[in-house]
Amino acid sequence: MSSLTRLAGSEARLFVREPMSVFFALAFPAVLVVVMGNAIPAFSEPSADFGGELPINLYLPIVLALAVGTVTMTSLLTVLSQYRERGVLKRLATTPVKPSALIGAQLVVNIGALLAGSALMMVAAAVAFGSRGPENWPALLVAFLLGSAAMIGVALFIAAVTPNSRASAGIGSLVYFPMLFFAGVWTPGDMMPEGAQRVADFTPLGAASQALQAAWYGDWPQPLHLAVTAGYAVVTGFLAIRLFRWQ
Amino acid sequence: MSVGMTVIEVNGLTKRYGDRTVVDGVSFTVAEGEIFGILGENGAGKTTTVECISGLRTPDTGSISVFGLDSRTDREQLRRLIGVQLQESQLQDRLRVGEAMQLYASFYPDPADWRELLAAVGLSEQVRMPYAKLSGGQKQRLSIALALIGNPRLAILDELTTGLDPRARRETWKLIRQIRDRGVTVLLVTHFMDEAERLCDRLAVLDGGRIVALDTPAALIANVGDVDGYRANLEDAFLALTGSGRDN
Repeated sequence: MSSLTRLAGSEARLFVREPMSVFFALAFPAVLVVVMGNAIPAFSEPSADFGGELPINLYLPIVLALAVGTVTMTSLLTVLSQYRERGVLKRLATTPVKPSALIGAQLVVNIGALLAGSALMMVAAAVAFGSRGPENWPALLVAFLLGSAAMIGVALFIAAVTPNSRASAGIGSLVYFPMLFFAGVWTPGDMMPEGAQRVADFTPLGAASQALQAAWYGDWPQPLHLAVTAGYAVVTGFLAIRLFRWQ
Repeated sequence: MSVGMTVIEVNGLTKRYGDRTVVDGVSFTVAEGEIFGILGENGAGKTTTVECISGLRTPDTGSISVFGLDSRTDREQLRRLIGVQLQESQLQDRLRVGEAMQLYASFYPDPADWRELLAAVGLSEQVRMPYAKLSGGQKQRLSIALALIGNPRLAILDELTTGLDPRARRETWKLIRQIRDRGVTVLLVTHFMDEAERLCDRLAVLDGGRIVALDTPAALIANVGDVDGYRANLEDAFLALTGSGRDN
């Protein structure tokens, strides 16, 4: 077994021992959809405004984007900056294993949790409201992976440039909430104002959300949105690798 | 003490942070099987010196050879031969003692028996305890055990007994002597005089980034003679050697 596998196993064990991270990564998307659908009766009634669709279904791809934003900006970012601040990475640097392997293990665990939480959300929506899944699976996976890569890049970049875990948590939430807005959490579908929409196109989670929504309804995402997410992933990832301090 | 081959050879080591010179032309050698101490006040450059030797930092000038390997270019080979206990380096809160030992053991080609090692540092009872629940002294002892888990030929221990009570300190000294008796060379950083005197075969006294004296504890003390009618101890020797040329 490689050290990355061992570290990923160890980090996965630590992850499930942390009730908050388990809730937010695994259960939160499903709980959000079920609660919203039940709390607001109109959400689970077919609506003529949405071509006879259940309004809650409009939210499902947006909740996927929200899940990506939550896992990367809270769980992943917090853990990485804590590991540096507390000297976990430095200790590892004294062993034959490189500290980057621990960051790799964290990525594996967080992506795994994100996939599981997203799958759980889709199952919950199907059970609670009879929602259909996405209509273009390959496109959805591409949009999901690129969106996740973009937000992971942003998380690594913030972890790289902030001096301590307090600062990175602060900047993380400063990025998180506007990202949710641009992803359409409060203004789903066409409800986002035109000007905000133009900005959203160029934010990592806004572009990811647009791409996920297109795929959900059977289309292929606009090249712009794929390019924006890929661009964020490459640029922030590159900067993070250049700027990251191990201690 | 049987003195064998040279394990560490530091030559003209200099390290600057910005325009502040933290280590300034330090040279010394450590022989196999020695317990070699680096003694100095806070900010004397002790930690920077051993972090350069461990390969965690790159010297600005000077060369460091450990087991004949270059600490800059042969880091990967060196990490299999050196066990390092860092000052203020923690573990994940929810990682259990036994899990940490097994995980770190898996990083090395020929690890020590982790249960034996835990027993040696007195943590057998805490195998299932998460790191966050350990006392300061227990965390320190776990850190020592992790530094030794890879069966290192050289152990570098930074502020070994900080935070330990007197009994635990003496237990730890005993453990360090046992390790040395198994042939491990020990490089020890400390600011405790009693620890340096009791434990170290030779001492480098560091002041303002320079070595101001390098000898056995007994010889360092003998050089001072009597102080105020009393026989000098290591602290007297230390105070006589350091503090000159200080700004404040």
